[in-house]
Amino acid sequence: MTTIPIQNNPMEMSIRVKLTNQFSPVHLDVFNESYMHNVPKGSETHFKVLVVSSKFENKPLLQRHRLVNEVLCDELKNGVHALSIVAKTPSQWEGSSKVTEKSPACKGGFGK
Amino acid sequence: MTGVMQKCSKVFLQVAVLNRPISIAYLCTVSPKDQYEQMVKKNKVVVFMKGVPEQPMCGFSNAVVQIFRMHGVTNYDAHNVLADESIRQGIKEFTNWPTIPQIFIGGEFVGGCDILLQMHKNGELIEELQKVGIQSALLEQEKKEE
Repeated sequence: MTTIPIQNNPMEMSIRVKLTNQFSPVHLDVFNESYMHNVPKGSETHFKVLVVSSKFENKPLLQRHRLVNEVLCDELKNGVHALSIVAKTPSQWEGSSKVTEKSPACKGGFGK
Repeated sequence: MTGVMQKCSKVFLQVAVLNRPISIAYLCTVSPKDQYEQMVKKNKVVVFMKGVPEQPMCGFSNAVVQIFRMHGVTNYDAHNVLADESIRQGIKEFTNWPTIPQIFIGGEFVGGCDILLQMHKNGELIEELQKVGIQSALLEQEKKEE
């Protein structure tokens, strides 16, 4: 008998799939930071993504962020409230500390 | 009834046109796009955030305020999107950018918190401020230390 794993993080999965398909990243991290905010346990509202892709070569930061925002526009319209983006090229990633800092602490403005 | 309504609106229109030609023209020409274009050019630095600089209501907005404070930039226009839903939606449409905060320097859209933080780290922010005639406090500090 095969068991189907229960997916309780559909948003995170969807973000992963879309970023993978669009950017073929050499490194991808998707952090659900919702727990840091005033939302029910298990929420999928606040995310931070780290995308390392050669598709960002020769593109200014604003354009890289726009590309990520565009790919995830459905998620942003349907529940994802905050999206923090780190978009690097492979060479920038190699030259960096490879540590992704956590987003700043919530100040209570969610949903207001 | 419809006839009366039509007559009323016609009369109203005539009165409006006769008495307020300028404001009617104004209403017709100031599109939301123009409205935001004026807003973002009103000051050298303009921020759309959650809460006010004295009390930011979101960690990302707070980070923006703290970054500018480090550079000695405190005299900027801050629009609290939590206080005005129309601005919250309007600015997102204007920039085609889905999240708050949003930062403008010299009327140009810079991006959100992540980008400002990156510019702060790599020194670009000092340059961008310089372009609009703002001497960053960090630059002055550096000079003193030399």
